[in-house]
Amino acid sequence: MHLVSGVTCPFCGCCCDDVEVIVEDNKVFDVRNACALGASKFMGYNRHRNTKPLIRKNGELVEASLEEAIERCAEILANAQYPLLYGWSNTSCEAIRVGLEMAEEVGGVIDNTTTACHGPSILAIQDVGIPGCTLGQIRHRADLIIYWGCNPWSAHPRHIERYTALSEGRFQRAIWKRYLSRLILESARKKRYRAASLIFKGGAATLPAEREEKWILPPPGERKMVVIDVQRTRTADLADIFIKVKPGGDYDVLQALRALIRDEELDVDEVAGIPVEKLEELADLMVNARFGVLFFGLGLTMSVGKLRNVEAAIKLTRDLNMYTKFLIMPMRGHFNVTGANVVFTWQTGYPYAVDFSHGYPRYNPGETSAIDILSRGDADAALVIASDPVSSFPRRAVENLVNNPLIVIDPSLSPTALMADVVIPSAFVGIEAEGTTYRMDHVPLPLKKVVDPPQGILTDEEILQRILRKIREIKNKSSSS
Amino acid sequence: MELTLITGRTMEQGCTKEHAKISDEYMMSVAICEMNAEDMKRLGIRDGGNVKISTEVGSIVVKAVKSRRIRTPGIVFIPFGPWVNAILPSDTEGTGMPLLKGFKVKVEPTDDLALTIKDLLLKIYGKK
Repeated sequence: MHLVSGVTCPFCGCCCDDVEVIVEDNKVFDVRNACALGASKFMGYNRHRNTKPLIRKNGELVEASLEEAIERCAEILANAQYPLLYGWSNTSCEAIRVGLEMAEEVGGVIDNTTTACHGPSILAIQDVGIPGCTLGQIRHRADLIIYWGCNPWSAHPRHIERYTALSEGRFQRAIWKRYLSRLILESARKKRYRAASLIFKGGAATLPAEREEKWILPPPGERKMVVIDVQRTRTADLADIFIKVKPGGDYDVLQALRALIRDEELDVDEVAGIPVEKLEELADLMVNARFGVLFFGLGLTMSVGKLRNVEAAIKLTRDLNMYTKFLIMPMRGHFNVTGANVVFTWQTGYPYAVDFSHGYPRYNPGETSAIDILSRGDADAALVIASDPVSSFPRRAVENLVNNPLIVIDPSLSPTALMADVVIPSAFVGIEAEGTTYRMDHVPLPLKKVVDPPQGILTDEEILQRILRKIREIKNKSSSS
Repeated sequence: MELTLITGRTMEQGCTKEHAKISDEYMMSVAICEMNAEDMKRLGIRDGGNVKISTEVGSIVVKAVKSRRIRTPGIVFIPFGPWVNAILPSDTEGTGMPLLKGFKVKVEPTDDLALTIKDLLLKIYGKK
C-alpha cells in the first residue's frame, strides 16, 4: 500500500490539487481531501467498466479487436462529408491537441462541452471582455464574494472552502464561526417551530414557506458572502445574504444594480421579485467592498437572456471598477473545459464550435455549434470523446446524433456509448493517465497517473493518434489510386 | 397545470454519474422531479408517486419528490440527465445553447412507471 500525494482531482473546474490517494495492488484503496464528487470518481471509476472495444453488428454491440475498432473509426471519419468531433472537456490538453489535428484532417467540426454550458459566457466575454484573476488572489484578498445563479455546494463542493468564504486568506479570515453560529440559531428556530406546530396544529411539522430575510452583516472590511438564485440552495444556507430572484429575472436585476450603482433612482417597487430597498443595500455593499468578486453559473447562461445575462454581469463588474476593485469568473463545470477552450484557441484562434469544412477554421456559434449542427441534421457522422451528449443534449439533437455513424471513446459505458456504432474504451485521465488540465481561473495543473489502466487500454491521446494515422493512410491510398 | 421547469446539477447526480449511468442509483438520482408541497397538494401528487412531465417535444414519467428547498409554488426541478433531455426543446436562438432553465411544462400525476435508461433509449431513439 502506498500514498500518492498532490493528486489533481479530475472532476470539476476547481481541479483541487491537494488530493491524496492510497493505492494497494494497483487499485484505489482510499482517497483523502476530495469532496463527495471527487471521492466518488476515484472510488467508483472502475465499477461497470467497459474494457473491450465494441462494434455494432446487426443492431447489437459486439466485442472486437482494438485494430478492427480503430480501422472502423478511421473509415467512418475519412468517408464522412461533415463529421462532428465533440466532447474534449474530460480529457487532457494533449489529447485535445490531437483532436484538433484530426478535425482539420477530416474537414469536420470540432466542438467541446462549452457549447452546452458556458458557451454564452464566452460570447459575452468576446463582446465586452472580462476582468479576472486567479483563485489565489480571491482566497487571500476578496472581502465580498457573490455567487450568482450557481450552486457550488452541489457542483463545486470545495470551491467555497478552498478559494472563497470558508478559506483562511492572508488578508481575509474565513466565515466559519459566523456560519456555525447562524446554523445553531437556525436549527433552534426550526425546533421551536416544530414543537409549536405539534402543540397548536396537531402535528403538521412544516416550516413556513418563506420568511422575511433580515440581513445581519459583519463590520465593513470583513469577508461577506452573497448568494443570488431562483431557489434557496444549500449554498444559500452558507451565505450572509440570500436574494431570491424570479426565474428569468436575472437580466433585470443586473441592469437595476447597474443603475443603482450610478446613483440613479428606480421608479418601481421591486425588480424580478426583489424589493428595490434590498437592491439598494446590495449596491451599497458592492460599492463599499475593497475587493469584490462575482462568480456566476449556468443560472445565467441557461436561462432566458443567455449571453445577454452574462454581458450585463460583466458590465456591472466593469461599472463597479469605477469605485472599487471587482472581478468576475464563470464557474466552469468539467475539470478541463477551460483547457479545451485554451487549446482550441491556441490552435485555431477560437475557443469552441470550430468548423474546418472550408479548409480553414471558421467560428459561428449558433451555426457551427454542436447542438445546432445536430438539430439541423447536417452532420453525417460523429466522434464523441470523454462526454455523454445523449445525457446532456436535447432530444432532436440526440436523434440526429444516433441516426448517423457514431464513434465513442470513453472509459465507461455511458448512454452515448450504448447508442454508438464503435466504442473504444480508454484510460481515465487523471487516474490512469497523465496529462495537463486548466483550472477554471486558467491555471494549468498536471494530472497524475495513480494506477495503471487495465491490460490493453490506451489513453485518449494514443487512441486518437492511431485513428489519425489510419485516416491519413486511407486518404493517401484513395488519392494515389 | 403549467409550471416552470429548472434543470441543474445535484450532489447525488454528480456522485452517481461517476459510478455508472446505467445503474439504478443514477436513475434514482436523476429520474425525479423536486416539487413544492403546495403544488403537489393542488395537483393531487403524493411524495414518491409518479408524475408525467410534458412539453411540446414530448413527455417523460419521473418520480415526484417533495422538496423543502423549492419554497415558491410554480417551480419544479429535475436534475440534468437523459430523462429531462427527452423533453427539452433544441432551439438555441442562434447562440448554440438551448434554453435549459425556466421553461413551461405540464405536470400531472400518473400511474405509469418511469422507464429505465435502456428502455428510455430504446423507446425514444430506437437503439440499445
